Amino acid sequence: MLIASPLRPYTGADEVMLRGATLDELLDDLEARCPGIRFRIVDEQERIRKHMRFFVNGEPVFDLAQSVRPTDEVCMVQALSGG
Amino acid sequence: MAAKGTKLRKTAKAAPNKKKAASRAPKKSHLLLVATRKGAWLFHGDAARKTWRADGPHFLGHVIHHLMLDPRDGRTLLAAASTGHLGPTIFRSTDMGKSWKEASRPPAFKKVPEGQKARSVHHTFWLTPAHKNEPGVWYAGTSPQGLFRSEDGGVTWSEFSGLNDDAKYRAWMGGEQEGTPDGPNMHSIIVDPRDPAHLYFGMSSGGVHETRDGGAHWAPLVDGMEVVEGFDARNLTFHDPHCVRMCPSNPDRLYQQNHCGIYRLDRPGTMWKRIGKAMPKKIGDVGFGIVVHPRDDTRAWVLPMDGQTVWPRTSVEGKPAVYGTRDGGKSWTRLDKGLPRDQAWWTVKRQAFTGDSATPVGLYFGTTSGELWSSASEGRSWSLVARHLPEIYAVESAQIG
Repeated sequence: MLIASPLRPYTGADEVMLRGATLDELLDDLEARCPGIRFRIVDEQERIRKHMRFFVNGEPVFDLAQSVRPTDEVCMVQALSGG
Repeated sequence: MAAKGTKLRKTAKAAPNKKKAASRAPKKSHLLLVATRKGAWLFHGDAARKTWRADGPHFLGHVIHHLMLDPRDGRTLLAAASTGHLGPTIFRSTDMGKSWKEASRPPAFKKVPEGQKARSVHHTFWLTPAHKNEPGVWYAGTSPQGLFRSEDGGVTWSEFSGLNDDAKYRAWMGGEQEGTPDGPNMHSIIVDPRDPAHLYFGMSSGGVHETRDGGAHWAPLVDGMEVVEGFDARNLTFHDPHCVRMCPSNPDRLYQQNHCGIYRLDRPGTMWKRIGKAMPKKIGDVGFGIVVHPRDDTRAWVLPMDGQTVWPRTSVEGKPAVYGTRDGGKSWTRLDKGLPRDQAWWTVKRQAFTGDSATPVGLYFGTTSGELWSSASEGRSWSLVARHLPEIYAVESAQIG
């Protein structure tokens, strides 16, 4: 997964190889490696935060239940707005 | 996430009266904790509080809503942080900001089943260290409004008491889309120094509330408080206390700056008295913050904002001034020496006006235009500590050493 730049202090890397069959599971794996990171991406009601965006193979994804395959490329970016 | 501290950056020359300061014992140094929309700064003052050294920015680019030093250990700093784009968290430092560690469980509402009205914390707005006999215990107020407590120095946080799920309180708290434009805020969490189970808090909007049994029961405390004309004061949703302070010298006396005036309450009474009526008519008694004297319960200071017509909430006529009372609000004196004489259209938020416990009392405020001002003379004269900072959200003072 490509990591959004504000979250790279957690991962220490631009990209992280993650395990999981869904976007949700990928984020669980990411949390296990980098404690605290998931809550900054997903709120306590399991909603993707307003300014976070996910793309799987270039297509936007808004559902944590979205399935992913081992060869899929997942990008996480932040949608900047305002000053 | 661990974040490194930033290099010190000097903004002022060494104090001219170093000898005087050095002769005082024990030597305490003064600290200002400045939270802004783009990061945090620590300003270290000399003993005379004349010169200040800037340490920052910490967390450049993060929104820091509140930054507090634990007075019980003199070393634990908590920062309520979010960014415009990431979820909220709390950072913690025990080395004066050289390094920071993130809370492992920041304040968060419980997950509700699908279909029910769900809340998620947008940011932690207010941090209060608990009673001196409860080391490591902190309270936090959030937006949307919720009350949280940590018992391990800010590492993990839980919802406190049943308040967040109480149907009555949920209605008064409002939701994410309700309340003030910047979101509804729980603030002014106050712990009675005589009793750790006696707490107050304010809700903007939603009124002032109290518990005497550690949160098992809560009760509104709004009698005498006015609401915007045309609304029903019996409905707590319309009450908008901006800041409530307890007098350290007399915990039975509270002062309040409300959206609709300045008030005082003497317990065990329950009727707020609108002491702002004694303010000059052309100034009015609208504002955000209020500061109380650490040793004299007849003294308090406010920073009036223009509350006319469309509520500009800027310095009245562009001429900033602090007003102080020495008689519990019967009369007020304008204190503006050193402040700009005109064309200064400042807004000072509720957490951005504070005082210290030195003699004479130091007063400090930060503006949304990024200026930090101080008075080491209880408001009699003012001087600029820093300018060109980002929008200032909160200023707190502490004495260390």
